[in-house]
Amino acid sequence: MSHDHSLKPETMPSEPEKATLEGKNKFLGLWFFLGGETVLFASLFGTYLALRNSTAGGPSGEEIFGLELVFIMTMLLLTSSLTSVYAMYHMKNNNYKKMQLWLGITGLLGLGFLSLEIYEFVHYITDYEFTFRSSAFGSAFYTLVGFHGGHVLFGLCWLLTLMIRNAKRGLNLYNAPKFYVFSLYWHFIDVVWVFIFTVVYLMGKVG
Amino acid sequence: MSIAATQKRGFGAVLWDYLTTVDHKKIAHMYLFSGGFFFLLGGLEALIIRIQLIKPNNDFISAGLYNEMFTMHGTTMIFLAAMPLLLGLMNAVMPLQIGARDVAFPFLNSLGFWLFLFGGILLNCSWFLGGAPDAGWTAYAPLSTTSPGHGVDFYVMGLQISGAGTLIGGINFLVTIVNMRAPGMTYMRMPLFTWTTFVASTLILFAFPALTVGLFLLMFDRMFGSAFFDIALGGNSIIWEHLFWIFGHPEVYILILPAFGMFSDIFSTFSRKRLFGYTAMVFATLLIAFLGFMVWAHHMFTVGMGPVANSIFAIATMAIAVPTGIKIFNWLATMWGGSITINSAMLWSLAFIPSFTIGGMTGVMVASAVADYQYHDTYFVVAHFHYVIVGGVVFGILAGLHYWWPKMFGRILHEGMGKLAFWTFFIGFHLTFFIQHFLGLMGMPRRYWVFLEGQELDLGNLISTIGAFFMTFGVIVFLINAIYSWKKGEKAPADPWDGRTLEWATASPPAHYNFKQTPLVRGLDPLWIEKTEGKDEMTPAEPLGDIHMPNSSILPFIMSLGLFIAGFGFIYQTDNSAWLIVLFAGMAILFGSMIVRSVKDDHGYHITKEELEREAD
Repeated sequence: MSHDHSLKPETMPSEPEKATLEGKNKFLGLWFFLGGETVLFASLFGTYLALRNSTAGGPSGEEIFGLELVFIMTMLLLTSSLTSVYAMYHMKNNNYKKMQLWLGITGLLGLGFLSLEIYEFVHYITDYEFTFRSSAFGSAFYTLVGFHGGHVLFGLCWLLTLMIRNAKRGLNLYNAPKFYVFSLYWHFIDVVWVFIFTVVYLMGKVG
Repeated sequence: MSIAATQKRGFGAVLWDYLTTVDHKKIAHMYLFSGGFFFLLGGLEALIIRIQLIKPNNDFISAGLYNEMFTMHGTTMIFLAAMPLLLGLMNAVMPLQIGARDVAFPFLNSLGFWLFLFGGILLNCSWFLGGAPDAGWTAYAPLSTTSPGHGVDFYVMGLQISGAGTLIGGINFLVTIVNMRAPGMTYMRMPLFTWTTFVASTLILFAFPALTVGLFLLMFDRMFGSAFFDIALGGNSIIWEHLFWIFGHPEVYILILPAFGMFSDIFSTFSRKRLFGYTAMVFATLLIAFLGFMVWAHHMFTVGMGPVANSIFAIATMAIAVPTGIKIFNWLATMWGGSITINSAMLWSLAFIPSFTIGGMTGVMVASAVADYQYHDTYFVVAHFHYVIVGGVVFGILAGLHYWWPKMFGRILHEGMGKLAFWTFFIGFHLTFFIQHFLGLMGMPRRYWVFLEGQELDLGNLISTIGAFFMTFGVIVFLINAIYSWKKGEKAPADPWDGRTLEWATASPPAHYNFKQTPLVRGLDPLWIEKTEGKDEMTPAEPLGDIHMPNSSILPFIMSLGLFIAGFGFIYQTDNSAWLIVLFAGMAILFGSMIVRSVKDDHGYHITKEELEREAD
């Protein structure tokens, strides 16, 4: 039996990511995984909220956070979520080249976000001596934001692997679910950032 | 593939087969053997604890070793014995009960197992590398953050790795049950064991990440100098208690609900009646699971959360007695008027009801926040949780093993030995733990190395230790029974118990594709329905055709090995940064295998219709 599930516009199912049992399983499995991830981040948020005023004489969030930088980071990540939606739109229209293009833009925006986050951390450490070890607030801040940053980094590696591996072979029923679950994961990362922006930065500045 | 055909192959071939298998039935065997091994290890630790407490002021082991012993006993029994044994039975039975050919993610199933095993091995390496963890299985900070040596580091890394495996297993079962049910197998036709597997997997999914975070914080504090639990830098050690119990309380339902499912299937089969109150049983399970997330702080009544929080958590806890009571009465009503067969599986199930009810009753007692100030950290609590965990989970696992052993291994366990093991273990269990209620009420604290003379604790502790030896004897008889059945046991037919559910509609042990043709399910207890209409097998839902099967892979083993190596790197880099090389090497193995897995297409293979027809001849 052949495994050629290559998609042609005339035989393309409307939802290629869920056209096979494997695809359905991946789709549902990733949703469940994100359910677990929600608890993971909820626990980190809870820890952060408990420790956000425990500065132990060191700098507080109000003193060090700069909303301008964080606003740019937020825009980059939100836009990357939008571009990944475009990519999935082109996947469903079986336009492989445009899908790859939009995924590439998604990756670049994610990379931009991550670079600014690294800059932000370096800035805190060198200019304010605000580190992972300086106070319980520092530990909680770098752990929560760093776990998110780690998820972005993992997502970028995942995206790069997918794009390179499938660069030359076009869309088929085997790789469509893989692209799709990546986009789900990427949206999740984005949603978590919205909460970080609100709970860590906005509440840190004004709360 | 029959056992005889397996035995003809060389040892290396069999080993390679098991290292690479993605077949849920073989993974179930591995869970069972490794879970069984850790059960013996945890049992040995328990025995050493009881020998130390056989008389006042005993010096059988040192105080430090005693701390390591009770820490490892608890950790091993919960994470490395009870959970894997349950996951093993789930793996062996659940896909058969829903008429599936395999689980949704066979590769992840294998990965989950190897992560659990390597995590467990890593944890136990601590015995030989400077001492085991000694801060209790709950590892409360700041005791755990300040415990010297590497013991607690092994606890952190071992549980983190095996916990990841459990989480993967939980997601796998959830997707399997949602997506892979045979035609006609609606949710409200699923056997109770499948239902409880489903609910326990949900609990795993939402409870384990809290432990993951807790362990990360502990790891960062111990290994990377963070200050989560360091009061001097503004840390708060109560955070650990919350995170641990947000995981830890659902964990006890992760353990007990699958056991409830097994008892439901066993009572119904050996009473030859459909389960009484099936719908109520399903909703009671869901209610217990839901409430299980709302009660974690009842472990922390004496921390000082205040009367309002204590009252809320006390009432929520007591509420769990209601759905549990519904279950107890439904089991009794299932047997009422039934045509009851009493064999080993049924004996364990029957013994469960009074034993677990005692544990439930003391549960309501300790749920009362005011009274708990008296019970807290005494042997009363020790007696309580051993009554629910041994009287519920261990009895359940043993009942399930006797019930499904023929399906898993193709042999029936010896009844005489089964009964001997049951009676000695059952008597030993009550001898060991019943008296501990009174020791606790008399003021004997848990986790103490010695007790003093002249406090009227001598006789109770002696009786308790004698009971532990009875239990040991029972376990040894069970082991002999298992080996005997392997060598000389009676060969099992497909349906040795006149069963009701789908796992009895296929061979014992089943072919690696489970069902040649997917069965058509026409109601609750599908096989029984066919039997009442005079048929002895299921109506197929599809014509005979090619069967799609997943490929074997060594990658899960290599990934887990990578994390195991990295675990040592994490633990020892605090001594010497050269160990960072080990850390990076281990992580490189992990990520390298993940990339290989990602870029190499894995389409599985097909068993053709012709091959299936040949096998039938």
